[in-house]
Amino acid sequence: MIDILFYVFAAITLTSALLMVVSPNAVNSAMCMIVSFVGTAGMFVLLEAYFLAVLQILVYAGAVMVLFLFIIMLLDVDKETNQILKDKLTLAASIAGFALLVVMICSAFAGGQHLPETSLLPVLENPTGAGIGIPFTTSAKSFGYSLFTKYMLPFQVTGFLLLSAMIGVIVVSKKHS
Amino acid sequence: MTVGINAFILVAGLLFAIGLLGVVLRKNTLIIYMSLELMLNAVNLALVAFSRYNGTMDGNLFVFFIITVAAAEVALGLAIIVALFRLRQTVMVDQLTSLSR
Repeated sequence: MIDILFYVFAAITLTSALLMVVSPNAVNSAMCMIVSFVGTAGMFVLLEAYFLAVLQILVYAGAVMVLFLFIIMLLDVDKETNQILKDKLTLAASIAGFALLVVMICSAFAGGQHLPETSLLPVLENPTGAGIGIPFTTSAKSFGYSLFTKYMLPFQVTGFLLLSAMIGVIVVSKKHS
Repeated sequence: MTVGINAFILVAGLLFAIGLLGVVLRKNTLIIYMSLELMLNAVNLALVAFSRYNGTMDGNLFVFFIITVAAAEVALGLAIIVALFRLRQTVMVDQLTSLSR
């Protein structure tokens, strides 16, 4: 049952990502992108990262894509263009490079060169991870515990990054007279 | 779940390849930017898969940081695109070639 869900989510994610790339209308692209993000969130749920799945929906499919849609509709750049792709040589080169990359990725998993197939480890009941390292839990509590112990410095740096990004956006988008 | 880590990494790799195709193929800067987000998302999927199958929490925390940085990056990048459009009246990369002359 869960296997079928994996294939469904993988198909949704990859199909809508491909539709996003080839869609001539920018708004349609953004909509396909949202579907792709939701499919990825479904795969996060299958991997038992429930907190990240909720975060993916809220931040990516919510905030980020709404911002994209807002800018696409604000600029409205689709009207004056008749040709969405670059010239034919670039088209051929891009598709050839994409096909090469796909063959390379698929061949890495074909034959006997797999990563070792590990079975799912049992989910631990200790969300604070006292003991060795930080074991995998499904609880959001382990995120808070890790952020304020092991990843304290990156957490603070991320806070400053958000502050500087906010100031930067204000400076960049201000109309200088 | 009998689906192994290889299936998840394969999906992540294909998602990354599709994002790369969008970056090199499209002319619209906004679509190129969305494709970059797709590539970040593929990396997120790979990190979560590795984290789950390794039994540690660190990959999930990296994804947490990546989502935060991506949100900040999108806000700043879109502000730059709006400033560019205000200056040049276009966001098509084939018309933004003033550095090459």
